[in-house]
Amino acid sequence: ELPPSHHAATRAAALAACYLSYRRGSPGRCLALQAVRSGRRQDIDGIGHKYYLELVLEDVVDKDSTVNCTAEVLHHLGNKNIAPDVQFTIEGELKNTDEADNMFYNRIKSLDKELVAENIPDNHGNISPEMEPIRLLAWVASGYVIWQNSTENTKFQLAQIKHVKQVKRNDEYLEFDYMILLHEMVSQEIIPWQMTVLWHPQHGVQVTRESRQLKH
Amino acid sequence: MKILLVFASLVAAACSEQLFVGDQVLRIMASNEEQIALLRALGEQTELQVDFWRHPASPGHPSDLRVPFPSLQAVKTLLESNGISYSIMIQDLQKLLDEEKKAMAKSRRTERSTSTFDFASYHTIDEIYDWMDTLVADHPGLVSKLQIGQSYENRSLYVLKLSTGGSNRSAIWLDTGIHSREWITQATGAWTANKIAEEYGQDPSVTAILDNMDIFLEIIANPDGFAYTHSSNRMWRKTRSINAGSHCIGVDPNRNWEAGFGGAGASRSPCSETYHGPYANSEPEVRAIVDFVTNHGNIKAFISIHSYSQLLLYPYGYTNTPVPDHEELHEIAERAVTALSSLYGTSYEYGSIYTTIYQASGTTVDWTYDQGIKYSFTFELRDTGRYGFLLPASQIIPTAQETWLALKVIMQYTLDHPY
Repeated sequence: ELPPSHHAATRAAALAACYLSYRRGSPGRCLALQAVRSGRRQDIDGIGHKYYLELVLEDVVDKDSTVNCTAEVLHHLGNKNIAPDVQFTIEGELKNTDEADNMFYNRIKSLDKELVAENIPDNHGNISPEMEPIRLLAWVASGYVIWQNSTENTKFQLAQIKHVKQVKRNDEYLEFDYMILLHEMVSQEIIPWQMTVLWHPQHGVQVTRESRQLKH
Repeated sequence: MKILLVFASLVAAACSEQLFVGDQVLRIMASNEEQIALLRALGEQTELQVDFWRHPASPGHPSDLRVPFPSLQAVKTLLESNGISYSIMIQDLQKLLDEEKKAMAKSRRTERSTSTFDFASYHTIDEIYDWMDTLVADHPGLVSKLQIGQSYENRSLYVLKLSTGGSNRSAIWLDTGIHSREWITQATGAWTANKIAEEYGQDPSVTAILDNMDIFLEIIANPDGFAYTHSSNRMWRKTRSINAGSHCIGVDPNRNWEAGFGGAGASRSPCSETYHGPYANSEPEVRAIVDFVTNHGNIKAFISIHSYSQLLLYPYGYTNTPVPDHEELHEIAERAVTALSSLYGTSYEYGSIYTTIYQASGTTVDWTYDQGIKYSFTFELRDTGRYGFLLPASQIIPTAQETWLALKVIMQYTLDHPY
């Protein structure tokens, strides 16, 4: 049994929330961890550590909109290159975000030139309304990167988008090349990370390439 | 008339504080030459110490006479027995001077605060240092500025002292900005200093605290780092000291204290964000606080403010062993967090550093606790990661307001539980 405030619980919960956000997210639907209701850890001989969690997630844009879920996170013993296994169950339905998603999709599709932007949010925490969905998309996509790179001794957050560039495509997908900064809480490092993100309202978010960059 | 008043107040300021208590200014109407002569003679009587603000010139024209309090009886008797009519123009000169001084300070403050310092936005180091001076000027007798040392790049390390007097009273210490990228903390520090100064004499709790204890506030504990976040890298955390044999700069000022120094929970690598430094207190920013605390010897509560994560933490960070006062600190933290969330519903977790975030060695509050400062706490302010270090300025005042409620709980508790 873990107190909800214990770092083992909060790290596993953050990881589960990121994974969930990636699997279910879109520019119109962005979920973040609001609270840990309960946590339990099981040490499985020869396999690893398994966490059982009850979480409350909130909609990043509408904080009052919350959803409960349960999650299981398994950190494998030994090989640190295997991403942890995450399974989750969401209580109830997530709200439909087709309208917001389609609006963003059409807006980008109708641009004359490929979108380019940097420093989202800026140093003072400001984000322009047009850039908000770009940021939410990065949030969702970073959930994948974080899931793939997490251990029991890490807790990642998306700190900032340094640079984003839309990549022209011939098909219906939108593609963005992001350079983000991830903040890793335990080491306190700010790590530049490249990620290539594919999205379509009906096909969800995909990260096709991601690579950790060298700190300057 | 105004010029005379200003002159009087300048004289008072130059000589002593309370020069004109009970003094009155009389408007005298001499009706004939004989009375004029009498008034002039009155002015010559040195033992009465009166002075004319407007000299007796000719009958029918009023003259104004300042009469010191001890001479009032004598002068009035003289005027009355000679049938010279007079009225009391100024009932108590000192009172009037005090009111005017207040009004002047207020308008200066309004000018300065509305056009210069906006608590709801982020500022540069120069802006904050300038504002500190205006805070001192606006609250003479309550706020003063001390320099406790210099940073690696020779910037002044300033601490605001809020005190109503006494000699080496027991004290509360607050610091913000030791990790320079945590901008919400310096902003909260400034707001808090101003709040304490304003609330003295208004809020019963703050008044009781300051009537018995001093408060020290170091708003920019890492000025080199802070300047760097403005000029070059918004995400800079450490000091800016040069590390021998490495191209990497800076030491983590919250791993540089002599408490489990160099152990697990800090890094040996100068390129790391949690580099503990070559030895404990190697950083002048840390050394300055260590020296201050040690020399003061009577600090009873020490609160170091960071961001982000929304946590209220107590020692230890370097070991899993609970501190002896663990239960008491836990209870204080619970009360403080309850007060904090009562304002906007912001939820905080609380506990020891080790269990709540991570093992961290050489931290500030581990050292202060081991020095005997029982009520040692670390805050991690808003938010929980949505903006992280890049918290929008619109959240500065709400963050400062809710944190203030928690700080009051800790300060009041410290006052109520002397040790």
